[in-house]
Order: sequence, then C-alpha cells, then structure tokens
Amino acid sequence: MTHHNDDHKNEVDDITGVETTGHEWDGIKELNNPAPRWWLWIFYITVIWSIGYWVVYPAWPTISGATKGAIGWTQYEKLARDQAEIAAVQATYMARFAGADFDTIMNDPALYEFAVAGGRAVFKDNCATCHGTGGAGGPGYPNLNDDDWLWGGSIEAIYTTLLYGIRSTHDLTRQSQMPAFLADGLLKRDDVIKVVDYVLAANKEGTVDIDHPGRAIFKEQCVSCHGNDGRGLREFGAPNLMDAIWLYGVNASSVYKTVSQAHNREAVYQTVAQGRNSIMPHWEGRLEDHTIRQLAVYVHALGGGEESSVTDDTTNFSEPEPEPEPESGED
Amino acid sequence: MTQQTSASQNPNQNPNPGKIKFFAKREKIYPRRVNGRYRKLKWLAMIVTLAIYYLAPFLRWDRGEYAPSQAILIDLPSRRAYWFFIEIWPQEVYYLTAILIFAAIGLFFATSLLGRVWCGYFCPQTVWTDLFIWVERIVQGDRNARKRLDQSPWGFEKIWKKGLTHLIWVLIGLFTAGAFVFYFNDAPTLWADILRGDVSGTVLAFVAGLTFSTYLMAGFAREQVCTYMCPYARFQSGMFDKDTLIIGYDQHRGEPRGSHKKGESWDGRGHCIDCTACVQVCPAGIDIRNGLQMECIACGLCVDACDEIMDKVGLPRGLIRYDTEGNLENAYKSGKREKIRFVRPRTIYYALVLSVLFGVVTYSLLTRSLFDLHVLHDRNPLFVTLSDGSIRNGYEVKILNKQYDPRLYAIEVSGVPGAELSVRAAGNPDVKALEVAANAVGHYHVFVSAPAQENDRVPIHFTLRDNETGHEDHYESIFISRRSR
Repeated sequence: MTHHNDDHKNEVDDITGVETTGHEWDGIKELNNPAPRWWLWIFYITVIWSIGYWVVYPAWPTISGATKGAIGWTQYEKLARDQAEIAAVQATYMARFAGADFDTIMNDPALYEFAVAGGRAVFKDNCATCHGTGGAGGPGYPNLNDDDWLWGGSIEAIYTTLLYGIRSTHDLTRQSQMPAFLADGLLKRDDVIKVVDYVLAANKEGTVDIDHPGRAIFKEQCVSCHGNDGRGLREFGAPNLMDAIWLYGVNASSVYKTVSQAHNREAVYQTVAQGRNSIMPHWEGRLEDHTIRQLAVYVHALGGGEESSVTDDTTNFSEPEPEPEPESGED
Repeated sequence: MTQQTSASQNPNQNPNPGKIKFFAKREKIYPRRVNGRYRKLKWLAMIVTLAIYYLAPFLRWDRGEYAPSQAILIDLPSRRAYWFFIEIWPQEVYYLTAILIFAAIGLFFATSLLGRVWCGYFCPQTVWTDLFIWVERIVQGDRNARKRLDQSPWGFEKIWKKGLTHLIWVLIGLFTAGAFVFYFNDAPTLWADILRGDVSGTVLAFVAGLTFSTYLMAGFAREQVCTYMCPYARFQSGMFDKDTLIIGYDQHRGEPRGSHKKGESWDGRGHCIDCTACVQVCPAGIDIRNGLQMECIACGLCVDACDEIMDKVGLPRGLIRYDTEGNLENAYKSGKREKIRFVRPRTIYYALVLSVLFGVVTYSLLTRSLFDLHVLHDRNPLFVTLSDGSIRNGYEVKILNKQYDPRLYAIEVSGVPGAELSVRAAGNPDVKALEVAANAVGHYHVFVSAPAQENDRVPIHFTLRDNETGHEDHYESIFISRRSR
C-alpha cells in the first residue's frame, strides 16, 4: 500500500534523526537523505560541462541538420583526417611500389608484403564475387590457387590478364573461343560423344590412345587449340585436357572417382556441345595501375604463381610436339 | 581483536545524542616524531626501496644490437618485457603469474614468521606516506605544531607552510610518476626527451595521473588505504598464530596503568604510565594497548616510543615489543620468555611451497625455448588440387625467434608420404634457410604438396630446426586431401 501524505512532510525519523519524505510503503518510511555533496558537485560540473559541449561540438538538431560546433568538428571530417593519416603511412610504401618493377617487388620483402596485403583487400572487393574469398573459384570460375593457368601464371601474365580481361570489352582483351560443336552443327551427336569419350579416356590413362574412335575427330577439330597431345596452348588460352583440373567439371578432385565420371562426362559433353565462353572483365581504367599490380602479386602468391623466366607471358609456350603416333592406320 | 570506534573517541561528532550516525568522519592523524631501532630500520627500508624504484630503470643490460639494453623494461609497443637475463613474450605471461604467486606466498611466509613486516616497512603505500609525513614535519613542525597550525585561522604562516608542503608533495608525486614511465621507455632517451620538452601525450597523461594518485594516496588517503582498501590487511591476520611475531603491549606488565611521578613506588601498579607516546607516534592512529588490531601495520614506531619512555623512568624496555602472542600472554607471569619457534608446521609449509615454486619457475626459465614454431592450416581454400592430380595444402607458419640475433631455420614435414614442402615469399627463400629477424616473429606461407591420401585428413608433423644450434621445435597439423565424405 502506497500513500502520500503531506502531514508527514516534516516528520522526523526517531532512530536516525532524519526527515522522512512522506513516502511510506507498508509502514516503511523513506528517509530524506540527500545525495552526497561530492556527488552533487560532480553532477553540477557535468551540467556545466555539457553547456560547453553544446557550444564546441555539433549538438542540437535543426530541421535541416544540426547546430555547427564552434570548432567545426564533424565525424566526416574526422574520418577524412584518419584516412589521410593512413594514406600518409601508405604513401611511403606506395611511392616505392609504384616505382618498382615486378622483379624488384618479388625480391623485396617489404614491397612484397605491401603488395600481398593490399592485393588481399582489393581481391575481396573486386574478385571474390566470382573467384571466392580464398580464390578457390568454382565451376566456370578458375581456381587461382592451383598450378593450372589458361593464359599463363607468371606475374606478368597474371598482370596482363587483370589489365585486359578475357573476352572482355577491352580492345586488347585476351580472346579465345570454344566452339559449340553440336549447337552450331560442326559435329554430330555421335561424334561429340566419341570425342568426349576419347578426351576422358586419354585424361584418365594419361596417354593418348591412337586407336580410340574419337581420336580422328579430336585431330580434326581440337588439336589446333588444345594441341596434338591435348595439353592445351596458352597462346590461345586453350585448357590442358590431360590434367586433373576441369574448369567446368562438377568436382575437379572427383576425376579419380569412377562414380563421378558421369558428372564429368556430362560436363565435358556440355562443353563440347554448347561451347563455353565465360568472361573475365578488364580492370584497366577501373582500378589504379598500382592496385592491379598489387592484385597480380597477391594472386601469384596464392600458390600457383609461376617463375617469370619459365613462362614469359604468352610468348613462351611449349612448341607443338612432333606427332607421337605413326600417321599410318589413322586415315 | 578489538577495535575502538572513532565515535566513542569523539562524542561531539553526533549533534543528536541518542541518534545513530552511519558515517564516521576520518580523524586526521598527526604522528609524532620518534627515534629508535625500528625508526632507523624504517628509514633504511625507505632509502633502499626508493633507491631501487628511482634508479632501477637506469640500469643497463647488454642484449646486442637488436634488443633494448635497459635492464628492466616493459616494451609495450613491441610487446616484450625484459628483466635482466629474463625476457617475456606476450604468450609467456604465465611467468608473470608464477612471479606473482611467488610474491604472494613469499608475503604469507614473511607474515607467518615476522608478522606484517611488508606493511610496516616495504609497502609503497607505507613508504610514500612516511616520506610525505616527513615532508610535513620538516615544513610544519612536529605533531603539536601541525595540530596547532591546522586549528589556527588562515594567515600568512599557515598559507606558506601548507602551500610549501603541498608543493613538495606534488613534486614528489611528479618524480614518482616520472620514474614510473621510465620502466616503459628507454630511460636515458626519455630523460633527454623530457629535458627537451618533447614527450608524447601518453607519457604526459600517465605522469599526470600517477602524480595525482601519489599526491592523493600518500598525502590524504594514507592509513585509510591500509584499513579500507587493502585486501592483504584483511587476510594477513589469517596467517597469524601464537608464534607469529607481532607488535604487542604486555598488558600483564603494564596494567593497571596510571601516571607516575619520579620516585614513586611501582608496587601494586603496572608499568604503563599512560603517557600515550605510543598513540601519538602511530601512523595508523590506533592505541596498541587495546591489543592486536587490523589497522596495525606493524611498523614498530610505538615500540621505539615506549622504549624511550621506559629508559626515562628507569624500567626495562619492552613494555611494547615485537614478540609472539604467546610470550605477550605468559612471559611476564612466568618470568621466562619462550624462545621464538621459527620452525613450525606453518612456516615449513610455506617454505616448502616457496621452494617448489622457485624450482618450477627456475627450471622453466632455464629450459625456456629460444624459438617456437606455430602452424596454422589455411581455411580457405582447405586444399587445392594441382594439375597432376596431387593435393596441395597451405599453412601459415610463424617462427618465434627469441634470440638476440637473426637466425636461419630449416622446416620439414613428415607423416604424409610423398609430401613436398615449398615456401612462397619475397626472393623465393629456401625452406632449409628461412631467415627470421632477431627478437621477432617470422611469418611464412608454406605449401605442402602430396599425392591425394587415403583418408580425407591425415596428421602432418612439422619440424623446425635452428640451423646454428640444431635445436628443434615441433608442431602437429593436418593434411586435407578432399572434402570429408
């Protein structure tokens, strides 16, 4: 039961000698003990402080915004200042990085780490959408961690791919085309199945079976890009068909699993029949050059990057080997 | 343990007799100057502890060109702590725990032997309070003069005396705080920076904060810290037994007390002449004759004061003395003072724990590894299929080189048949010679390639070898061949 009674206003508690507030709950009366003096003073000081705060900082909302503080402080301005501070720290590295060629960067620990760290951040913003945050790709999107490169895995080759893209709208784009053999009427369905059989058998055995019924079709239609041995030509961005990595395979590691051969067969069939021509956009003009170079170093560092001397961009690919099998008996 | 409430000593405090007051205002203590054995010990302890505190940061200890050469340094930006030949990395903070446990048990041991000697002689609160009281006495005079000054109206004398006292206090606080920051920065460099007036905001903030806290704690809070804030004060009595040395008043000899005129007989009365010298000198403001009290920090100044009086009245010293509770209870009646038993189950127990702990800490420090290997398996991707069908796993390898020179390390893997190790870093380093800077952590991203294993994930064992010493460190990780089936 609660009641307020003005008659009790000046009642004094017998035991403590303190006035009551007149509030009573079930016979328990509230004593009018004031807040400690030190506490009260701190309270007053904070009140005065807040007035100063209103003057110095943006405080009161107005219809179109808020009052401007006397010192002109804003969060935007603070953000800009913090970013400028970071940029100033970066600038020392950036100046060195921008002036260094890939050979210098790849051998200078500080520049290398700067590039990898910067590239990692930019990769997540621009590349992860297709290639995944770890660069592991997916069906149709190359895994950038492995050692299989359509257009070359040297730092220069990666940089070129990044600059101009693949089948992009850039004039210098890397360009290749897998024809849609069935859809465009280049091959009949039976022949497509034969050549798919041939490719998968060769891939599985690791050697070419010259007696395979699909061999003739392969020689006729595929060697110009994929090479006589099916190991691809980077000049054309033609994939190596003999390795364990299938760009459009359902599950690249399942190649060794008989059970999933069917999936691969289906995927390879689809590729031969319909053609596959996915697009890698060009980044020149969309990202700063030093950013693209950071990205190249980062992708190279993912693990699959190749030595520049081994594959110098697209000019250094393996010469077509002489025909390993006797010509006789094929035609 | 009895405790005199201040209310009973000062009945004027309560304006409403018969009404309960819930707050007892602190009564200011004016400790009187005293000379004697324990006072000398206290001066000595003060000089030694303050000297250690102020001078220790300036001790040098050569650690070569790659590590700081300050003997005692807590290097927060680099996350290292140095103490002469000991260096502690952040993950080795358990050494600090061990040192703290060691200090705690050491305190228990000392307490069970000698009572609260830490409180009376070595605790910073005691040392600085003592120093501040000394300043107070130099400027304002002894107990009575200070009391008079406090009661006198504000005038020229009071203003300059009070002002000078507080000025010196603040200066001492400033030096205390100044010395503290030397433990966290290279002392000579910081000293030069301070002289040039070029110090960071952090240093200034710490100096300001610690100056204020020293001024507050030693100038004003004083014995209240011991009574109300310090946990040790509360539980140290738990380490007491009948054989612990305490400061005690021999009530069998002293009572009944009463004033005594020269030449009067001592027959039928106690030896305490109720001069209250022991009360006047007490920095905790207690009357030791009321028995052992929680507020007593065992500084022994009342012993000095009483001995001085006993000398004057021609009685033997030791009416108030350092003694065991047992002796204080029985010695006067039996006329025989028992020998102090230092070897008791309690002290043996503490000594045993101390020596075991000392052994463990010493052993672990002596056998502390000078380098460590940490291996973290990549999370994304978990594994990579290579063009020849083999599997590659990536690992973030951290090599902690705790030595004071750059080292080359060789890394190897075992446990996975056909595993090959490679590393990708600037300048294509060799996995048999990975360089790690002195006193630093080296990061390397290494790759292990192997044929796809029978099991989805198999254990893999990393070995790191210091090429110079041949010492090894090991780390277990996993090698993943495929997604779990």
